[in-house]
Amino acid sequence: MAKSYYDPADLRKFGKITEWSEEIGTKFFDYYGKVFEEGALSAREKSLIALAVAHVVKCPYCIDAYTKDGLQKGITKEEMMEAVHAGAAIESGATLVHGVQMMNKYDKLSM
Amino acid sequence: MATKSLKARHNELAEKNEQLKILNGGIFEEGELPYFKDKIGLTGHFPLRPKKLEIFQINLGYMCNQVCEHCHVDAGPDRKEIMTRETMQYCLEVIRNTGAHTLDLTGGAPEMNPDFRWFVEEAAKAGIQDFIVRSNLTIIRANKKYHDLPEFFKKHNVHVVSSMPHYTRGKTDKQRGDGVFDKSIKALQELNAVGYGLPDSNLKLDLVYNPSGAFLPGDQVAMERDFKKALKEDFDIQFHNLFAITNLPISRFLDYLIASDNYEDYMYALVEAYNPMAVENVMCTNTISVSWDGWLYDCDFNQMLDLKVDSKIKHIKDYNEDILNDRDIIISQHCYGCTAGAGSSCQGTVA
Ligand code: SF4
Ligand code: SF4
Repeated sequence: MAKSYYDPADLRKFGKITEWSEEIGTKFFDYYGKVFEEGALSAREKSLIALAVAHVVKCPYCIDAYTKDGLQKGITKEEMMEAVHAGAAIESGATLVHGVQMMNKYDKLSM
Repeated sequence: MATKSLKARHNELAEKNEQLKILNGGIFEEGELPYFKDKIGLTGHFPLRPKKLEIFQINLGYMCNQVCEHCHVDAGPDRKEIMTRETMQYCLEVIRNTGAHTLDLTGGAPEMNPDFRWFVEEAAKAGIQDFIVRSNLTIIRANKKYHDLPEFFKKHNVHVVSSMPHYTRGKTDKQRGDGVFDKSIKALQELNAVGYGLPDSNLKLDLVYNPSGAFLPGDQVAMERDFKKALKEDFDIQFHNLFAITNLPISRFLDYLIASDNYEDYMYALVEAYNPMAVENVMCTNTISVSWDGWLYDCDFNQMLDLKVDSKIKHIKDYNEDILNDRDIIISQHCYGCTAGAGSSCQGTVA
């Protein structure tokens, strides 16, 4: 057994998850592949969205994968960092907007 | 950025055998990844054989005004190996008799060979219709004596193929050296000014994009769209096609991969992106590569690994197309660079 939870080399083995559940694993990868094709959004735009989400969900595999994907697509580091900020802003906004709930509850409980 | 070739730095990898040892050993020897020969064998492509010879690619020498970090030629100002007029005479003799229709001149910076113009003129007389010159662009601005190259290219209807790693300054200069971006932009504008690369012009100007790092090129069509938009908007530059080319793990790029601890991941990525469709059209199937000293190779990459053709005919002075075409192409694990994704040749994707 590995001595740490994350091993960069595990990313290469991602495809193997189908081995223990072939049908839904394959369906997932088909879906995944389809999602990132050129569509109403360009593959480039989707790559930046994926990079932002990768940071929000704090997945080291996805961060590695979509940094590389961005490089492959010619995305600049400035664009990548702005995408990360967009994700971070939504994440902190989502925390802060709950402040309204706290304020509501406070007001309700207070005389 | 390095300022000297591996050869001048006495780097171990300047020794071709060292490169082959790495490419044949490690993760391949241990069976973690399949040998190229076994991979292409699965679709009946082993041994790899040439088809009809179409392109005669001549390397006029390893001398270059740049020392790009990824260079598979290990070219630079310190490399003195350049083709002599005598060897060019042998080439011309072959050009008069070959079935190949395209002459592809590469280097180094082919324009730095003092007999470059003479050779192009003689080859035109010898009946070559399609000339390709792989120009690094900055050479046009490097010295006064090269300023009129766009006019010279135009006169002989040379198809200019130039490298441009990115449409932003930062990425370009990082890969190719400080100031390369600005000089390249200026050179492209000059080529446009004489008519190269304009939408309806038959003066062909294509760009080659290769990644500046340990990753594979993205989709060629999407990259071309981004390059066209950015170069037009920012610099009013036009060109015809963009070829997205994968860096092969040899020479300076191999040195970089190993030094940055990216070698294994990169080989995994190449093998994973293997596309059996691309094997059909790899460059070596329709090209012969000639080195500055007249030896014959399956491709420019094999030339840099000193893997001479597996044929009785090994030198331009003994050239015989029928015998030469009846050969097996020499392959190793660097060949995965030609079959990754949509594939890679000097003409960009092949599948
Ligand atoms: S311009 Fe081309 S030949 Fe010259 S160093 Fe750069 S990659 Fe090598
Ligand atoms: S590296 Fe050369 S021999 Fe190998 S596949 Fe590419 S063109 Fe052919």
